[in-house]
Amino acid sequence: MKMDRRDFLKAAGLSALVGLGGKGAFELLKPGDVDAAMHHEGHGHGHGHHEEEDTGPKVRLAMLIDMRAIDKEKAEKIIHACHHEHNVPNWGNPKDEIKWIWEEEYEHVFPDSYNEYIADDIKALPFLLMCNHCDEPPCVRVCPVKATFRRPDGLVAQDYHRCIGCRFCMAACPYGSRSFNWLDPRVALKKEGRELNKRFPTRMRGVVEKCNFCVERLSEGKQPACVEACPDVMHFGNLADANSEIRKILRKRISLRRKLELGTKPSVFYLV
Amino acid sequence: MYDSGKVLIGLAIFAAIFLFPFLYNHGSMTPKPEPKLDTPAIKQMAVKKCVDDTKFMITTHMQLLNDWRDQALRDGDRWYVNKAGEKHWISLQNTCMKCHSNKKDFCDKCHTYAGVEPYCWDCHFDPNGSEL
Repeated sequence: MKMDRRDFLKAAGLSALVGLGGKGAFELLKPGDVDAAMHHEGHGHGHGHHEEEDTGPKVRLAMLIDMRAIDKEKAEKIIHACHHEHNVPNWGNPKDEIKWIWEEEYEHVFPDSYNEYIADDIKALPFLLMCNHCDEPPCVRVCPVKATFRRPDGLVAQDYHRCIGCRFCMAACPYGSRSFNWLDPRVALKKEGRELNKRFPTRMRGVVEKCNFCVERLSEGKQPACVEACPDVMHFGNLADANSEIRKILRKRISLRRKLELGTKPSVFYLV
Repeated sequence: MYDSGKVLIGLAIFAAIFLFPFLYNHGSMTPKPEPKLDTPAIKQMAVKKCVDDTKFMITTHMQLLNDWRDQALRDGDRWYVNKAGEKHWISLQNTCMKCHSNKKDFCDKCHTYAGVEPYCWDCHFDPNGSEL
């Protein structure tokens, strides 16, 4: 078929009009209108994002770590309490290392906001690192089997039954909070010959593990093991409740959170 | 028939190897597994019953455990309500194994007989046993 310039322009114009019929056309003409309408339908109110504070979750679990109360000894005690509570093996080498809570120094904890002139005593503090149980957890976004998921109370849980060991979550986590079981953890536990916590399972080879905010203890109405070990250092509570103990502390003290600029909204606060 | 001697010897060897397991086990029978219910915890019970009725537990415990793990872990609901309306705490290590503290004489009995290897024990362990 032969087409002259006039017919070609007509066809092109018509196709463009059809193309504009979709969401793209609205975006061009009135940006944001489509999203606003969809948001309106989905949530049953038309006020957009401004009401999030009121309609947000009733519980958001969070941990405060008082860096003015901590010392080397207490840090060791906390790590010991956690790792024994959850039968976390100690392989004795960094390659196979499994860690739920561990020590790190200031410049590695806040690499983005590192201030080399900060007080010397802060530089020397043993910062305790753990899973941040983010509000926007990148690990949950990348998990192909939904083995890791965010509970309504903000706890980021790991389902070892489902984990296929792909380690996407380890790549996604900006805090290095996840460890992979390259080897059968029971081998290390046996070699250590230590007393096991018979109320909690071990893991198996080929799954990723991390801090679980002691979900098994919370379900029994107990506090997390680290809080029980050092209640003056670790404070656990509900961030969504404006009158909770931790919110009262946060109103009074200066707190730091790790890598806030990434938008993961971490739930672990360092009181300095 | 060509090479009948060789063929017949070959056939005899084949038949001997093929029939060996049948002849070897003939007359002997693996006894039916009888899981033991004589643990101290069970002995102490006035009415001996599991978290649900016995028939249901025998036929459906694997399904129940599967449902339990999703309910406890994913839904965060750790109470199981059985058909009689009784509530039980959902936990393999802390509820099941509390009464059935004899994994070797209870769980393993049927599992070995049936040749199934449930992967529960890759992570969970018998809190009363010495083996991991």
